[in-house]
Amino acid sequence: MKQFIAFVKKEFHHIFRDRRTMFILLGMPVVQIIIFGFALTNEVKNSRVAILDPSKDAATTSLIAQIEASRYFEVDQYIHSTNEIETIFRKGKIKLAIIFPSHFREDLQHFNKAQVQLIADASDPNVANTLTSYASAIIMDYQNRITNDRKLPYTINTEMRMLYNPELKGAYNFVPGVMAMVLLLVCTMMTAITIVKEKEMGTMEIMLVSPMKPLKVVLAKAVPYLLLSSVNIASILLLSVFVLEVPINGSLTLLVAESLLFTLVSLALGLLISTKVDSQQTALFISLVGLLLPTVMLSGFMFPIENMPLPLQVVSNAVPAKWYYTIVRSVMIKGTGFQAVWKETLILAGMLFFFLGLAIKNFKIRLA
Amino acid sequence: MNEKVIIVENLTKKFGDFTAVDHISFDVHKGEIFGFLGANGAGKTTAMRMLSGLSLPTSGHARVAGFDVYKENEKIKQNIGYMSQKFSLYEDLTVKENIRFYAGIYGMSNRFIREKTNEVLEKLHLAAEGDKLVKSLPLGWKQKLAFSVAIFHEPQIVFLDEPTGGVDPVTRREFWQMIYEAAESGITVFVTTHYMDEAEYCNRVSIMVDGRIDAMDTPQLLKKTYDAVSMDEVFLKLARKATRAAD
Amino acid sequence: MSAVIINNIIKRYGSKKAVITALQGISFDVKQGELFGIIGPDGAGKTSLFRILTTLLLADEGTATVDGFDVVKDYKSIRQRVGYMPGKFSLYQDLTVKENLDFFATIFNTTVEENYVLIKDIYSQIEPFKDRKAGKLSGGMKQKLALSCALIHRPSVLFLDEPTTGVDAVSRKEFWEMLTRLKEQGITILVSTPYMDEASLCDRVALIQSGKILSINTPQGIVDSFGKKLLAVKSNDMLHLLKDLKQCKEVEDAYPFGEYHHVVLKKDGEELLKSYLEQKGYLFKLKEAKPNIEDCFMALMKTS
Repeated sequence: MKQFIAFVKKEFHHIFRDRRTMFILLGMPVVQIIIFGFALTNEVKNSRVAILDPSKDAATTSLIAQIEASRYFEVDQYIHSTNEIETIFRKGKIKLAIIFPSHFREDLQHFNKAQVQLIADASDPNVANTLTSYASAIIMDYQNRITNDRKLPYTINTEMRMLYNPELKGAYNFVPGVMAMVLLLVCTMMTAITIVKEKEMGTMEIMLVSPMKPLKVVLAKAVPYLLLSSVNIASILLLSVFVLEVPINGSLTLLVAESLLFTLVSLALGLLISTKVDSQQTALFISLVGLLLPTVMLSGFMFPIENMPLPLQVVSNAVPAKWYYTIVRSVMIKGTGFQAVWKETLILAGMLFFFLGLAIKNFKIRLA
Repeated sequence: MNEKVIIVENLTKKFGDFTAVDHISFDVHKGEIFGFLGANGAGKTTAMRMLSGLSLPTSGHARVAGFDVYKENEKIKQNIGYMSQKFSLYEDLTVKENIRFYAGIYGMSNRFIREKTNEVLEKLHLAAEGDKLVKSLPLGWKQKLAFSVAIFHEPQIVFLDEPTGGVDPVTRREFWQMIYEAAESGITVFVTTHYMDEAEYCNRVSIMVDGRIDAMDTPQLLKKTYDAVSMDEVFLKLARKATRAAD
Repeated sequence: MSAVIINNIIKRYGSKKAVITALQGISFDVKQGELFGIIGPDGAGKTSLFRILTTLLLADEGTATVDGFDVVKDYKSIRQRVGYMPGKFSLYQDLTVKENLDFFATIFNTTVEENYVLIKDIYSQIEPFKDRKAGKLSGGMKQKLALSCALIHRPSVLFLDEPTTGVDAVSRKEFWEMLTRLKEQGITILVSTPYMDEASLCDRVALIQSGKILSINTPQGIVDSFGKKLLAVKSNDMLHLLKDLKQCKEVEDAYPFGEYHHVVLKKDGEELLKSYLEQKGYLFKLKEAKPNIEDCFMALMKTS
């Protein structure tokens, strides 16, 4: 045990004496949360919209004029049928379509009630969300204004439809996404790199020739990163709650426990990489390309998994971050309890034992 | 042997408070083999870097191959060759590819490269190995090849930084024979080494201690002055006086 | 009992296509308390041999024991009792001198105080710099620290892989003085080096080249077995002298050796050589020379 503590102490010396690494380890999560937080919730300006207006009456013209007048929107084109929406969305320039019914003004005047449909391209859920809420605000505003002159209120029902991503995944999703990314980077990449660094430096040779059990060496290297990750989990959660105002709806204890589980999975992956690789460069490369990329692309954080081709959906099941991401979203944003995420937890636990087992099996007590 | 190709006067390099090279002065003549000795940390590497145009002196003057080390370091680089134990050839390129690459850097013409490549490979008895990867060659051959590459563009001066470290004794001597031949063809050789018997092969030897040149002469006269039977003894007598221990 | 017994060790690297045999059947014993040198150029197989003996590599064939323990079966026992200093400087550069030493002491289940007597002689030289980072030490000081760390658990056998490579003549000399004093403490020392002149400081040496042992003997024994007449010649034109010497019929081998060229004669042809050189018009100085390890190494290289 004394050996183990001495080793952990040494590892902290390495970390604390290398200011650059320290900054990356502890500063990166903060920077990422802030960048993602502000970049993704940024205001949308002069977004192009398409309009289907079969009634072409005074009411629709006036409402369209108001939409056009706002700084958020620019009417790009008028379409003639809802069938065209797919086509224009696919071209990519237009993100929102506003659909009026055939007799908008008549509906309002006779029934005091009319419908407007907003259809958004939700493949970028944040933009879709912002656009629809701006558009409905303008419509509400119009409704209030025309109601002012009358006793009986007009009601304009706005019906929203999200194309491609109906559940609008992604609105607050960057917080769980960044958590997955940061933990993976800190744990997997840093553990793999520091272990491989000892191989490169030649100190691993001395460690192997020492009476200290090789497995102990490797585990001792992982401990500091586990602790650093806890600091990161805390700082990400604090930032999300107090700066970005993303609430933690579920149990904090459950959230932290799940995060620690994912941290352990990442550490096991780091150890596994380190048993296979001999240079820091390769370790870095494998961590980035082999892990970070799938985490960003296939965890559901950037792109909804439901819309991916089947083979990619299957592959995404092997990405640990996908399961962690689902758990965090459920617990943190939907506020569900353990009963809702036990399956994902079990999968992560299974992955932990699989990777750890493989790492131990591959671990060499000799150089070659 | 009268033309001076390296002229150094009071050359000094300071890093903050630390004077790595402290007012050194010497001349090296054309075709001379000049041994540049000193303990680790005596300032050899810093001095060599200044002379090869890689680092600017703090004060003093130096001309290398007729060019000023302050203003014309690009021209210096064009007129010198450099080889060290660490800097070697690209292991994953073939022998010929390495030669072509380095000669290309110095702007040699294709025809010159082709003809001289054959000549060099003949001389090294490597003609059959021209298309083999450098990493498949034994260390001694690599070092000899690296030297041939360093003088391929026929520089005025070649700087050799511990060129024979770890090489077997037979190859080490073959290597020195190549140095002699290069010197005879007019290339000035500026060499550092930890093998003291190699110091004896030099025309003149300078010994650096704590950033200064404490002794400089032919090996014979140095041995006489310091009443020693070998250069090893001369070196030990001088270097033991060193007070600083930096690397 | 022998501290180290090596029996027909073979080590190959590479895949089926390009196999490099780094060690081609090496056998020798090292006695308890001996200072044993393994002398040979880079690529001779020194590091492979050391790694096999320190249980870091498995040999393809052959057996070896260290302190009576088998390097494969009893690797754990060996790791308890050997000290090892690899060729590369392998301490933690960002830890201070003292932190490094404390760390290695703990890893080896001991304390600095417990074995301070053993390292005192070496460590006291760097103790004034104990709060300096290891990466900021000079070459010679790094080496002393590495040796202190390798000794901290009082190993019974100490393996030093090229401790003096790239080190200047002064530090080399100091290092060998330290080794001689350590030997007096009863520690068996195996040291490898590419510097032939260091052989004379060992009790016995193994000359090794291309994975094969050229000779094992005491330094004196190796020199005595040279068996041919050796001359030293010099003149004012050393380059042409060498070329002409190589062409002389009486000469088996000629090579530069410090101030002189060394000439190995085929038979007792000294007079014939003299007249050959006079005929070529050289003003030369010729004397008989005592062969040293390097002469022997070259002669053995050529015959093997």
